[in-house]
Amino acid sequence: MTVSELSLPPAQVAVRDARRARGSRRGRMTGAGKQLHAGPLTYVVLVVFALASLAPLVWTAVAASRTDRRLAQTPPPLWFGGNLFKNLQAAWEQAGLGTAMLNSVIVAGTITVSTVVFSTLAGFAFAKLRFRFSALLLLLTIGTMMVPPQLAVVPLYLWIADLGWSNQLQTVILPSLVTAFGTFFMRQYLLQALPSELIEAARVDGASSLRVVWHVVFPAARPAMAVLGLLTFVFAWNDFLWPIIALNQQNPTVQVALNSLGTGYVPDQAVIMAGALLGTLPLLIAFLLFGKQIVGGIMQGAVKG
Amino acid sequence: MTVSKQALAHSAPSAEAAPGTPPGAARGAHGRGAPDGADSWRRRLYRWDMKASPYAFVSPFFLLFGAFTLVPLLYTAWYSLHDVQLSALDRQTWAGLANYTNLFSSDFFWNAVKNTFTIGVISTVPQLAAAIWLAHLLNYRLRGSTVWRVVMLTPYATSVAAATLVFTLLYSFDGGLVNWLLHFVGVGPVNWRESDWGSQFAVSSIVVWRWTGYNALIYLAAMQAIPADLYESAALDGANRWQQFRHVTIPQLRPTVLFTVVVSTIGATQLFGEPLLFGGVSGSKGGSEHQYQTLGLYMYDQGWIIGNLGKASAIAWSMFLILLVVAAVNMLLTRRLRKSQ
Repeated sequence: MTVSELSLPPAQVAVRDARRARGSRRGRMTGAGKQLHAGPLTYVVLVVFALASLAPLVWTAVAASRTDRRLAQTPPPLWFGGNLFKNLQAAWEQAGLGTAMLNSVIVAGTITVSTVVFSTLAGFAFAKLRFRFSALLLLLTIGTMMVPPQLAVVPLYLWIADLGWSNQLQTVILPSLVTAFGTFFMRQYLLQALPSELIEAARVDGASSLRVVWHVVFPAARPAMAVLGLLTFVFAWNDFLWPIIALNQQNPTVQVALNSLGTGYVPDQAVIMAGALLGTLPLLIAFLLFGKQIVGGIMQGAVKG
Repeated sequence: MTVSKQALAHSAPSAEAAPGTPPGAARGAHGRGAPDGADSWRRRLYRWDMKASPYAFVSPFFLLFGAFTLVPLLYTAWYSLHDVQLSALDRQTWAGLANYTNLFSSDFFWNAVKNTFTIGVISTVPQLAAAIWLAHLLNYRLRGSTVWRVVMLTPYATSVAAATLVFTLLYSFDGGLVNWLLHFVGVGPVNWRESDWGSQFAVSSIVVWRWTGYNALIYLAAMQAIPADLYESAALDGANRWQQFRHVTIPQLRPTVLFTVVVSTIGATQLFGEPLLFGGVSGSKGGSEHQYQTLGLYMYDQGWIIGNLGKASAIAWSMFLILLVVAAVNMLLTRRLRKSQ
């Protein structure tokens, strides 16, 4: 079983398998689009969509392999030139992308681990434990997603100035250690993936809540935790507003470094494109490796969302 | 998986004991429990654990939300009633509603509200329409269906900063790829930076590019959950593919569409990174005529470029109130739609 198969709640798997069985029995299902074979026109339109999705990224690499002067000429370059490594190196040095990458790995990594653990705990409580005000608290959790980050940045900025924390990584880590989305995501998953009997059985054996979490909840939640981890990493890597307020070019994350690269006074477009390429590369690699799981996670978070 | 199997193996004997019975009780019944004192202590501890653990599990979320969102949010309200300057953070003097009256009489504020609304509409509507179409296509039985889905999602892997830097270059006036492509269809070069609609279109296109695939996957998930019988009976009634899409798929997608509309509305209200970086060096102004300065950008400009954090706080709260009004309107519309069904 692959991770993405596991990440489907059992009920869904059952429904899907039943549908597949029915579909194959009749040879072709009348309705649900999935069972209809795509015609050539569908593929043509999909290719257009795919080109639209990929072309800007490919062109980033093309532009990153050219010179600034060439990029200002018409017609724009459509194929690779010979300056890629020179530009990558320039971007790496000018924007401090080495530090930035390391910082982003630390920040996004910490946020990911913490969000996954805390969201699983809270999601488990909301899905499987009975406690006073649980419905209200869940509603509140969902409601918090409505609050724009702009509402918090002024006081946070003043506090870190008071604490002498300007430019330190914990300022961008602490506010993101757990998310409402993660909590809700894990709740929805555990609601279906974790049979209550398992918890009761462990309880009867005298297991404390922490033991239940460790031996029953975490193993059952593992596929969803992996997916949430990927989604959280993408989110944390790309976070923009608060990092550019809290950090500067002295100690940047990748997004802060890209921001200063883009707003520099002597912009070399080829170098800027090289920076954008470098800053995106880790996530593109992650998508190459785990794309299937990320897609599954988004789709799964959606149905019940 | 092994651990849960072990746990499963234990579930058979558990059937004898009522769920939620303290373990001490079960053991006591078998006559091999601990002495009474220790037993009741353990029982108490167990009960306490049962009662307290749910709160302990949800507390990290609420503590962090309290510390980094709720308390700051209230402080933001407090600062919005004060004169707080970036250059003199210690000196905070009471200003009453001055920041708000100042704001509401400022053309820049209303300009930012208007821009946020316009860019919000021209980025959300095409995005969601394209996403439904794309989801519909992805819902066919395709060769390499996973590959298609991952490809459509790659823009989502690209950060706001990286995407905007690339699009800014694509939209440049001289030698930009977009203007070069347009000249083939006889359209003269568009000044994407300076013109009102051009710059707003360009900024919106970044949002559309980054989020269409993501929303398509959400719609695709919803489409796959539509019961097949609905299509079967529609087909029996002689509905063709388009009619099935129109009369079965779309109505069934309604809750999902509303969900994505709400999420996109929240995102559009906060729009910040795209217009900031699209503007280059003086990005926080949102263009020479503030033609694409959004509320989020205006707040950043007032707070951290001009250095008036009190006013920035007032902008943040105005933004929140606008969002709440929009959400309320959304909900009213939903209710009306549901009633009219």
